[in-house]
Amino acid sequence: MSNASAVASLQPQPGAPDNWRRFFSFSTDHKVIGIQYIVTAFVFFLFGGLLAMVMRGELITPDADLVDRTVYNGLFTMHGTIMLFMWTFPMLNGLANYLVPLQIGARDMAFPRLNAAAFWLVPVFGVILVLSFFVPGGPSQSGWWAYPPVSLQNPTGNLINGQSLWLLAVALSGVSSIMGAVNIVTTIFRMRAPGMGWFKMPAFCWTVLSAQMIQLVGLPALTAGAVMLLLDLTVGTSFFNPELGGDPILYQHFFWFYSHPAVYVIVLPIFGVFSEVFPVYARKPLFGYKVVAISSLIITGLSLIVWVHHMFASGTPGWMRMLFMFTTMAISVPTGIKVFAWVATIWGGKLRLTTGMLFALGGLSTFLFAGITGIMLASAPFDIHVNNTYFVVGHFHYVINGAVVMGFYAAIYHWFPKMTGRMYYEGLGKLHCALTFIGINLIFLPMHPLGLQGMPRRVASYDPEFAFWNVLASLGGFLLGVSTLPFILNMLSSWVQGKAAPDNPWRAIGLEWLVSSPPPHENFEQLPVVVAGPYGYGSDEPLVSNDPNQKPTEELAREHS
Amino acid sequence: MSTANLDPSLDAATAHGAEHEEEDHRMFGFIVFLLSESVIFLSFFVGYIVYKTSAADWFPAGFEGLEVREPLINTVVLVSSSFVIYFAERFLHKENLWGFRAFWLLTMAMGSFFLYGQAVEWMGLPFGFTDGLFGGTFYLLTGFHGLHVLTGVLLQGIMLGRSFLPNNYAGGEFGVASTSLFWHFVDVIWIVLFILIYVWQ
Repeated sequence: MSNASAVASLQPQPGAPDNWRRFFSFSTDHKVIGIQYIVTAFVFFLFGGLLAMVMRGELITPDADLVDRTVYNGLFTMHGTIMLFMWTFPMLNGLANYLVPLQIGARDMAFPRLNAAAFWLVPVFGVILVLSFFVPGGPSQSGWWAYPPVSLQNPTGNLINGQSLWLLAVALSGVSSIMGAVNIVTTIFRMRAPGMGWFKMPAFCWTVLSAQMIQLVGLPALTAGAVMLLLDLTVGTSFFNPELGGDPILYQHFFWFYSHPAVYVIVLPIFGVFSEVFPVYARKPLFGYKVVAISSLIITGLSLIVWVHHMFASGTPGWMRMLFMFTTMAISVPTGIKVFAWVATIWGGKLRLTTGMLFALGGLSTFLFAGITGIMLASAPFDIHVNNTYFVVGHFHYVINGAVVMGFYAAIYHWFPKMTGRMYYEGLGKLHCALTFIGINLIFLPMHPLGLQGMPRRVASYDPEFAFWNVLASLGGFLLGVSTLPFILNMLSSWVQGKAAPDNPWRAIGLEWLVSSPPPHENFEQLPVVVAGPYGYGSDEPLVSNDPNQKPTEELAREHS
Repeated sequence: MSTANLDPSLDAATAHGAEHEEEDHRMFGFIVFLLSESVIFLSFFVGYIVYKTSAADWFPAGFEGLEVREPLINTVVLVSSSFVIYFAERFLHKENLWGFRAFWLLTMAMGSFFLYGQAVEWMGLPFGFTDGLFGGTFYLLTGFHGLHVLTGVLLQGIMLGRSFLPNNYAGGEFGVASTSLFWHFVDVIWIVLFILIYVWQ
């Protein structure tokens, strides 16, 4: 920080300017970057959703009549890739960017320029991925996990093909994620406000920290696998190519060593959102806060030793199946602890059913359902039976579209007044919530009976006996598409002309609610001195010290560090 | 919140403190990054071990094994350079710029020698990167490590150039400290790599 900007930060600042141009600039303000992430991710979410709706349109009849089979392969590959690498990761990075410095009482992230660079990689690799629709041969068709030897086929023979562009995009996504993870971990470790010990930190920050630690340990393994796959594809090495003596199973290990924990990277911050939202609207402290916080770290540890459960049907030896079956079941313990804590938090509370709360409740219930099918899938005999069927598709969509997307919506509604300084329209919000919840259950619930009956995933045509459930699922898919319309309408109109939001519209406790809406540049005129834990609902204990004789916070900060 | 510390002199002190603080963050962040980077190497090592213990034809046809003598010399040079760079850093702490430059340059020379030795070895080998799993993993591991050595030498070059700018190392020495840490990291990786590829044949 230069001297001039240090002085500037002490000047009273008006709310962040309503100047939309700053969102198209290389801004280093974590709040601008957070919104840039969120909006960019949402655009890709709409695109990925559009691809899914074409797929559901194809599946509404048993025959492959709407699109060609190879196009269908490209559709599910790009749908999965976009939803994971371009929607959920940037979206949670956006939330973490916006909220973590505010919640821990910091003026910005530790490395603002690195932060901006990490964000601007997102549109770059997004465009690369979308461009792969236009290269000869079309986009990658090997599914979002790109298993060799399918991913090594390269029918066009070109160096620039759908698969190599896919690998390039995923590699850039990895670079961006590592930059973000280094930044967020450093920020949480080093920049907490004076007095904010580990157990005074909001649960959201705990979950973000746990998630980003997974990125740091897991993502390099995927990078290693992707580099080797790219070399196989382009220069003809033999790492994963079985025809040349390579080992395609090893790629699966590399891939899932990261991509299973990636699920926790996505879902942990959503657990954090639930832990933030429930206490506010139930007016009760988060039940078992310390246990909830620590269980995030336990999930981080366990998530790194469960990946083989994706490979029960890959010729995995029996002892390995057994081992990973146990670890997979074990990870449901810390997760279950969280679910119990949330239920205990809302139990007997005086619930205010705002849109944010409704989305969180919906997300919790779909997550519970996903958890139950998850335990079923953890058991190797059952998993081998339903491997690569729609049961698996239904299960993970209940996690990712049920819990995660509803959790994202909960977060957006909950912090929308803080981010924009405007209130959203509750009526439209509740309509959005109802359509989303019905849509999710209508599309993904029928996938479970379909999978149990044996319908394989990733096929464009199917036996007519599966038609009934598929029609239902397709209708749900279209409903889910429609459900985004009231959301977009609500967000745009509220941002432009919504009622001005007070600093703390939900009477929530937290450092982010002590500053104006939207927060000023550099957030805090003077760094707050935290004296209480994060969920003091029902007590009169103040969160920050308001003793006028306190030491200047910079001095305290030095003693603190 | 009070505006008690609008006094400009205090601001200067705060800004100075913030700069140091930021420096600490950078070192912390860099260590986090290196830990993450080490997992890429770890993944390659695991791949190497899996291939070596499971492949049907490990060495390319007609190839008996790697020569160890020259790589051992290379190893000794690279490992010693870690000590040399440590002394360079010590000189900088004592504000002896010429001592720093001399030892820093010596480190760069040793790193370049290592790269040269690596290139000579590569050119003398009878197999290429498409020759089976050993060919692929050998060039992948040594090449990826070599890229890191090259990065280290280039970073050292930048730091050496910066030492000629007036007062550049008056405040913090983050660039030097992180380059040096990176160099130790590259060294440790090489020791593991040497044991895996050359000792365990």
